[in-house]
Amino acid sequence: MSRAEGVLDPQGPIAAADREILFNATVIMLVVVIPVILLTLAFAWWYRASNTRAAYTPDWAHSGRIEFVVWSIPAMVVLLLAAVAWTGSHDLDPARALASKVKPLRIEVVALDWKWLFIYPDLRVATLNQLTVPTGVPLQFELTSANVMNAFWVPQLGSQISTMPGMTTHLNLLAEHSGDFPGLSANFSGEGFSDMRFVVHAVPAAAFSSWLAVTQAQGAALDAGAYSQLARSGADVSIRDYGRVERGLFERIQHDTSGTPAHSMEQ
Amino acid sequence: MLGKLTWQAIPFNEPPAMAASGMIVVGIIAILALITRKGWWPYLWREWLTSVDHKRIGVMYVILALVLLLRGFSDAIMMRTQLAMAAGGASGYLPPEHYDQIFSAHGTIMIFFMAMPFVIGLMNFVVPLQLGVRDVAFPVLNSVSFWLTAAGALLVNVSLMVGEFARTGWLAYPPLSELAYSPGVGVDYYLWSLQISGLGTLLAGINMVTTILKLRAPGMTYMRMPVFCWTALCSCMLIVAAFPVLTATFGMLLLDRYAGMHFFTNTGGGNFMMYVNLIWVWGHPEVYILVLPAFGIFSEVVATFSGKQLFGYRSMVLATLAICVLSFMVWLHHFFTMGAGADVNAVFGIMSMIIAIPTGVKLFNWLFTMFRGRIRFEVPVLWSLGFMVTFVMGGLTGVLLAVPPANFILHDSLFLVAHFHNVIIGAVVFGVMAGYDYWFPKAFGFTLHRGLGRVSFWCWFVGFYLAFFPLYAVGLLGMTRRMQHYADLSWQPYMMVAEGGAVVILCGILATILQLVVSIRTRERRRDLSGDPWNGRTLEWSTASPPPVYNFAVMPQVESLDAFWATKQRAAAKAPEQYPAIEVPRNSPNGFLTAFFAVVSGFALIWHIWWLAILGVAGALTILVAFGWMQRTPVEVSGEQLAADERARRSGLVPV
Repeated sequence: MSRAEGVLDPQGPIAAADREILFNATVIMLVVVIPVILLTLAFAWWYRASNTRAAYTPDWAHSGRIEFVVWSIPAMVVLLLAAVAWTGSHDLDPARALASKVKPLRIEVVALDWKWLFIYPDLRVATLNQLTVPTGVPLQFELTSANVMNAFWVPQLGSQISTMPGMTTHLNLLAEHSGDFPGLSANFSGEGFSDMRFVVHAVPAAAFSSWLAVTQAQGAALDAGAYSQLARSGADVSIRDYGRVERGLFERIQHDTSGTPAHSMEQ
Repeated sequence: MLGKLTWQAIPFNEPPAMAASGMIVVGIIAILALITRKGWWPYLWREWLTSVDHKRIGVMYVILALVLLLRGFSDAIMMRTQLAMAAGGASGYLPPEHYDQIFSAHGTIMIFFMAMPFVIGLMNFVVPLQLGVRDVAFPVLNSVSFWLTAAGALLVNVSLMVGEFARTGWLAYPPLSELAYSPGVGVDYYLWSLQISGLGTLLAGINMVTTILKLRAPGMTYMRMPVFCWTALCSCMLIVAAFPVLTATFGMLLLDRYAGMHFFTNTGGGNFMMYVNLIWVWGHPEVYILVLPAFGIFSEVVATFSGKQLFGYRSMVLATLAICVLSFMVWLHHFFTMGAGADVNAVFGIMSMIIAIPTGVKLFNWLFTMFRGRIRFEVPVLWSLGFMVTFVMGGLTGVLLAVPPANFILHDSLFLVAHFHNVIIGAVVFGVMAGYDYWFPKAFGFTLHRGLGRVSFWCWFVGFYLAFFPLYAVGLLGMTRRMQHYADLSWQPYMMVAEGGAVVILCGILATILQLVVSIRTRERRRDLSGDPWNGRTLEWSTASPPPVYNFAVMPQVESLDAFWATKQRAAAKAPEQYPAIEVPRNSPNGFLTAFFAVVSGFALIWHIWWLAILGVAGALTILVAFGWMQRTPVEVSGEQLAADERARRSGLVPV
């Protein structure tokens, strides 16, 4: 089991940028929050009823100057944060392609009950519950779900995105360093949800090529029949590689909204 | 004949569920037997079940909330225990089919049947007294509202014994909550309970808005209303605007489930994202429905116990109104990760932050109310200070979640869970507990035990930090919500500390129960005959404790803000020579009976017992509509009676 370091240990540019915004926004707010906490405690202590040295002005309830200041302070903080949010939302829009000279690797993600299917459409391979990627290569994800809503999330690589039936979402990530990074579903999807985990193996380009060659040669075939069996099989934590993936499989899943329920519920 | 209902609905093969429901059934039977034995039924029926007195109804709301707090909390501690155990390869003691019901029930109960009744109950009790009037605008409707809420709460708890509850989370997102993925009755229990109680809440909101807009004591202009009334007004306007959305949304999901329609299904052109939008169009204002009255309570408490007028009254009113309007413009921040474009996310993120401005103003105004005050550290003040310190942290993490890129790495993690507990416990629970301690002597004529009140506060305060700050941390480590087990052993220590925190909070709850018991037993010593134990500022303190059924023998004349304080400064008002008779509304069984039929219809609809559903709906409508038209002669309180009551009160010899 790899060690989960979460969002505080970014392993790619998106995760690093997300974290930086998290830190910056926190610091901006702490500048106000810490004094407020200290003032609360200080006022409560100093103006306690038993303190006869403290001033007491029972009818003093208005001061234009103070009120101007108390509206201005949070307004200025929000102005600053709004700028952070506006630029951040655009720079880190999950659908925005990463600027890189390297040709991105396209990966199609299908959330199933309860397992993850990753299809590499240009390489014609696919994997179950495990994602092998080359380091330094932009990863261009297209995501959907076969039935209910989930969310694809690799905390150390950054932003999460929902996977939804009949819909496609987009996500762009990059693994800078090699390593094993845990991934999981962030959106509750029913009985087998807790086991909707996968590991991202980020490996150097050479290792990725050799993994690809082995998978292409030895992996089982994934055609419509094999997929529909997989979709119906319920919770599955096994790791599998598929060598020959039928073309257009992802597009068909996207448009198939019949949503085969794999839930095995009584009644 | 009985639809889907068979003996299999009763979980005989699940010992924990059977033990829990068995205990509840035995408890209820014991209570009913005691009432019968002691011959309390006529009293209960006359004085409480059919009462249309806003004070009695308010008290019943709070009792309902406290009982459901116990149910919601037992769910919480079961979850925390499960997560403290289920690390690595361990699977804990609750299988997913139970665990998923428990977290769904916990959220549903705590929001709809603990926080809502607590807040509405306090508003019900306090607002007419603060406005200086004799009751709410529609007293019988008020009773109907309460009993419909109780009916919903009952149905949720019936699901424990007969059938199952939803396994979908507390907002039941489709497609998971659609028939294809949730074929059992759990989601139906969820939907029908909330439809019934939601109707009650809507009616309560309409009643309260009408009361505040139309029934104020002579001279009480809007800008002389106590801040709590302002927050109640804004909260209830939000109820009136938001709850119909909830009802319509659930209505569509019900049509999907019962009539094979396709509003939110995957097939037939349905789109579940619409549900997610609609539910949050209700859900975000709901946060403010709960928290605005809590802000109002803190305003009253801080001003009263600082011995000062509230600082910046106009700013407070403006801030409350601003929050009220803004709360409808931010719903999308609950699903930034659903892939809306950068512009949409940024706009909703910034709108959400803007709410922090009026909220921040409120905090500063409480600070400056304490400034140059004489603060008496009574129990409500402890809750208020605890709130101010805790809430700014919840506000900080809330604004973080409103920054879209930060949200992408925090959403649906335990960081989010920690955040909303930080604001719901830190503001709403601390607020209603402050209000409970503050207004208890008004409701019952004696004060609560101070030492145990302090114990309760400190347990809640410390317990909250222990239970939820580890969740912030483990959320940053990448742990998501609603997991029944997890592989990463490094998360387990955090879960164990959180469990410890839950135990400390349990001590706080037990202290509150003990405080109530001890205070009742020693009530003779704690009698407050003045009606004004805290040196209060607003009109509720100008009448007896508990207030007579008519609230005020003579309608107060209001000439300024903090009307009662001003009166006290001018020395006591003289008693009038004569008291005109007062008419008070007669008791009505309509509320109780409507709710009875509502429970019957809800249960029948859940189990597809169509004949019974028709009977139930017909019964409820007959009572509510037909009986509602009946002219009922009010009860008259004679002038002599009023004069006698007032003499007794002013002499301070006997509580009225």
